[in-house]
Amino acid sequence: MKFKKVLALSVIGACQLLTLSSIQAADKVKVGFVSTLSGPSAALGVDIRDAFQLAVKLNGGKLGGLPAEVIVSDDQFKPDVAKEQFEKMVKREKVDFLTGVVFSNIMLAALPETNESGTFYLSPNAAPSPMAGKECSANFFAVAWPNDAYHEAAGQYATNKGFKSAYLLAPNYQAGQDSLAGFKRYYKGKVVNEVYTKLGQLDYAAELAEVRAAKPEILYTFLPGGMGVNFIKQFMASGLAKETKLIVPGFGADQDIIRGVGADMLGVFDTSHWGMDLPNAANKKFVAEFEKEYKRLPTLYASQGYDTAMLIDAAVKASNGNLSDKDLVRKNLMEAKFASVRGDFKFNTNHYPIQNYYVREVVKDAQGRLVNKIIGQPIMTNHGDAYVQDCKMK
Amino acid sequence: MTGILILEQALNGLQFGLMLFLLASGLTLVFGIMDMINLAHGALYMIGAFLTAWIVQFTQSFFLSVFLAVILTSLFGMLLEKTLLKTLYARDHMSQVLATFALILILNESVKMIWGTDLPLSAPDYLSGPVEIMPGLMYSSYRLVIIATGLLIALLLYLLVSQTKMGAWVRAGASNRSMAMAMGININALFTSVFGLGAALCAVAGAMLSPLLAVQVGMGENILILAFVVIVIGGIGSVWGAFVGSILVGCVDTMGRSLLPFLFREFLPPQWASAAGPAVASILVYVLMAVVLFIKPQGLFNQRS
Repeated sequence: MKFKKVLALSVIGACQLLTLSSIQAADKVKVGFVSTLSGPSAALGVDIRDAFQLAVKLNGGKLGGLPAEVIVSDDQFKPDVAKEQFEKMVKREKVDFLTGVVFSNIMLAALPETNESGTFYLSPNAAPSPMAGKECSANFFAVAWPNDAYHEAAGQYATNKGFKSAYLLAPNYQAGQDSLAGFKRYYKGKVVNEVYTKLGQLDYAAELAEVRAAKPEILYTFLPGGMGVNFIKQFMASGLAKETKLIVPGFGADQDIIRGVGADMLGVFDTSHWGMDLPNAANKKFVAEFEKEYKRLPTLYASQGYDTAMLIDAAVKASNGNLSDKDLVRKNLMEAKFASVRGDFKFNTNHYPIQNYYVREVVKDAQGRLVNKIIGQPIMTNHGDAYVQDCKMK
Repeated sequence: MTGILILEQALNGLQFGLMLFLLASGLTLVFGIMDMINLAHGALYMIGAFLTAWIVQFTQSFFLSVFLAVILTSLFGMLLEKTLLKTLYARDHMSQVLATFALILILNESVKMIWGTDLPLSAPDYLSGPVEIMPGLMYSSYRLVIIATGLLIALLLYLLVSQTKMGAWVRAGASNRSMAMAMGININALFTSVFGLGAALCAVAGAMLSPLLAVQVGMGENILILAFVVIVIGGIGSVWGAFVGSILVGCVDTMGRSLLPFLFREFLPPQWASAAGPAVASILVYVLMAVVLFIKPQGLFNQRS
């Protein structure tokens, strides 16, 4: 009898404690970070994570004035593992913000885990086109760019340069399909062929033979991570560089690819929303601190991870730490009043960015290192995306 | 479809087929002579690749690292055989499958603990450019080296199996093990040597293919499945069968990546044509295996009596 009484009292007491804690404002910010941290494309997730953690560190271990707890886990480039990790973050860790995933297919598989709890997902990379339009979601924020954007910019660049024929190649998943659709939207020349390879494929001998036979003026490929490193090495090894000009989106020419391929990258042109040489104060600080902390140059992925952390910082600060008021946090995320390393930052009604895109070239800097330098004026200014009109959020 | 394209794709198919042959030949000998299904064969391929990527950091010479890695993998394979795999010979195939599958998991995690999930490995600089093998056809010099290595090893294996005494013992063991034992062949030493040879061949394939693919944990699993298909097609215990089977499978796979999407593109949207090609090529490989089994249930060049 006595035991039952003690048990009942402790249960009631515990319930009271729980209800008490939900009324108070949050005493810390919990961020769940799930990304690809192993395998041939690990460099991307590692850069985003390192930059995110750097931002938190530079803020004194806080985001928006509250102590920040960043829980990191590896999706191993597998959608089912990511799904499991998302579930753990949402149900067990009860994170306030979820972020990190690099690849669109992995993100799309795992995202439904946040539906029930309404956890905010801030994408530091993947931003598939369906979610910019018909499937837009109030709790989803694309912090980097819409998937099509770099490719639209590249298509515009190819049109401006008057290249008459183009051969297109991308992996067969959402982002790959978005990429070639985006390129074709702005490229006015002739598309000789449109080839989709298997996601994760590493040997491109057969595809390169086809390119050689087709004799296009330019070859446009979207192959992020390890796929890109292998493709460019094999492209150079096959002697095709003399016959066809290679144009890539920023993903195909940033520091991770440069580290993998080496000197052959010199002279490659690519498009991006960010460059290490963008002259704003936030960017100068970011690049200097990143190089100091990690002894390597940041990629565009790192810039996106840093911006995601700063966005959370701004939104939490504007909400006065009141994380349980989701509508308030959402409104502050939308306003995005933070100094982005890319310059001006604005969300469109579908929670996708409106921003400038630049053409970059791989050149040697003053210290002889291969870096991407922004060439000329932005190729697209205040550019949104082609799907916003289908989004129901206004 | 120009002549140059067909020739280039044929070379690609040959390159892939020859590397597959290195795995399949070891696998077929182990299965043929020791009657053991060794799923961990793919793990030896992975270990060969990791050892090469690791050793090259010290020696700075690609081919020296390959040579050392092959020797180390072979020794490791023989050690594995003498301690663990020997106990499996007497057991039924199911037990062997379970035990060697567990071995794959153990080896994968061990490699991850020692070296991490992946290591970088590039072809030597002097082989990273093309060679003009014909007017209008530049081909990667490194891939030509792979083809040459594969052909050389195939020739050496042929000479070993058909012209040497050890080769005769191997063939006898594959044909009828108990009779071979009764004839006084030192079966234990033979088994260990055969396994060591198989491990060495795996390591060569792993090391040579790594600059084209990637050195990562679990890299052996995909190619292992194809190797099993090859030995079923070629016949258990037959090195010549493994050779024919590998070239067939290599060419079907390459054809699937190029010719089939080209045909499908006529009536399918590009995403579907590109996905359907390799999928159908995969199906063709298994259909080929089924057809061979139907006509010759023991494989094309079966050695077992």
